[in-house]
Amino acid sequence: MSGKPRLTYINGRGRMESIRWLLAAAGVEFEEVFLQTREQLLKLGQDGSLLFQQVPMVEIDGMKLVQTRAILNYIAGKYNLYGKDLKERALIDMYVEGMADLYDIIMNHDFKPANEKEKDLANIMDKATNRYLPVFEKVLKDHGHDFLVGNKLSKADVSLLENILWLEELKPDALAKFPLLQSFKARMSNMPNIKKFLQPGSAKKPLIQEKDIPNVMAIFH
Amino acid sequence: MAAKPVLYYFDGRGKMESVRWLLAAAGVEFEEVFLETREQYEKLLQSGVLMFQQVPMVEIDGMKLVQTRAILNYIAGKYNLYGKDLKERALIDMYVGGTDDLMGFLLSFPFLSAEDKVKQCAFVVQKATSRYFPAYEKVLKDHGQDFLVGNRLSWADIHLLEAILMLEEKKSDALSGFPLLQAFKKRISSIPTIKKFLAPGSKRKPISDDKYVETVRRVLRMYYDVKPN
Repeated sequence: MSGKPRLTYINGRGRMESIRWLLAAAGVEFEEVFLQTREQLLKLGQDGSLLFQQVPMVEIDGMKLVQTRAILNYIAGKYNLYGKDLKERALIDMYVEGMADLYDIIMNHDFKPANEKEKDLANIMDKATNRYLPVFEKVLKDHGHDFLVGNKLSKADVSLLENILWLEELKPDALAKFPLLQSFKARMSNMPNIKKFLQPGSAKKPLIQEKDIPNVMAIFH
Repeated sequence: MAAKPVLYYFDGRGKMESVRWLLAAAGVEFEEVFLETREQYEKLLQSGVLMFQQVPMVEIDGMKLVQTRAILNYIAGKYNLYGKDLKERALIDMYVGGTDDLMGFLLSFPFLSAEDKVKQCAFVVQKATSRYFPAYEKVLKDHGQDFLVGNRLSWADIHLLEAILMLEEKKSDALSGFPLLQAFKKRISSIPTIKKFLAPGSKRKPISDDKYVETVRRVLRMYYDVKPN
């Protein structure tokens, strides 16, 4: 028995990727179970493993946790990535929730029909460069530390890095106007656990391939 | 002496209602600033108090908190409604996630056409009775206590009661077939702070009407059609 957390999801980013990132940043090894058919998902739903018949699901410390936020909050709390007190936690939550809104539109981009993709990308970049990235550029400026909250790594930093990198996959110059975010990205990417996660062979998932999209849609719909 | 929290939102439920519920259940008095005009909203935007240019926003303990979950997490933590340890917190987060998803299906309801309202109503009731209520009924059964987590009131209980009452507004017998949830509803409703919130004259908001929709559309310049799920 390994005792490692075990993640159940599809073999792709979706809503599990933030969890992979956070575990990796915390230096925690984990196992993965990949759903390949809708039948597999339904079976799990019927055997009581999925409280709301949905994934992500993470088996950790004797619990079968579902709901992405619940999972992320537990990992952050357990591995000291959630600030030092209630107020730091509030800032971390505020930043992470803001980024979650951005993440949702980024995540859904791959599933847009071809004729909507260009408009969707423009919307994502508009939101990123006018609403979200300026906020975090300013936080870094005003806070004046290497990290977004307090003086150490938190789930807010991990979430920001994850979003920045995905934005850059969509548009390489996404950070052009944000010098502090650029140095944040370099700094964070060099942290040992994160550097390892960014290397080939890690649990980090690639962008979904066009050919795999129908199968993923079939699993969830 | 600590100032009361100040809630910035529209005069209606929307995303702020869960915050009102939680503060009320915690016995915390609060003030409200209602957005009524575009000018007011633009002034707020320019003053920089809305981190992502959005409401809800709550001024509390020297912070201007936005993002509903961040606000709720903070209040729950501050007023001991978040369990006694990390594992209880995980259960609470998990249960609240479910009720948040369920109530989320009703957020757009006031903005739908009459025809779409009928569809959405059926959709939400189906999700409630086939996915969510069975899950919470089972939690109550397996846990065997008066509350969802541990042995005392938590945010999860308050949020579930809010969801139950919202569903019953759409289908009055939504809880039929769920005896433990029926008993839970009675029990939690009779907790003094919650009973007070459920009585007339409290800060609990009524079901959103056309006036609310008009106000939101006007203030946010949100004139697109809203689609059902």
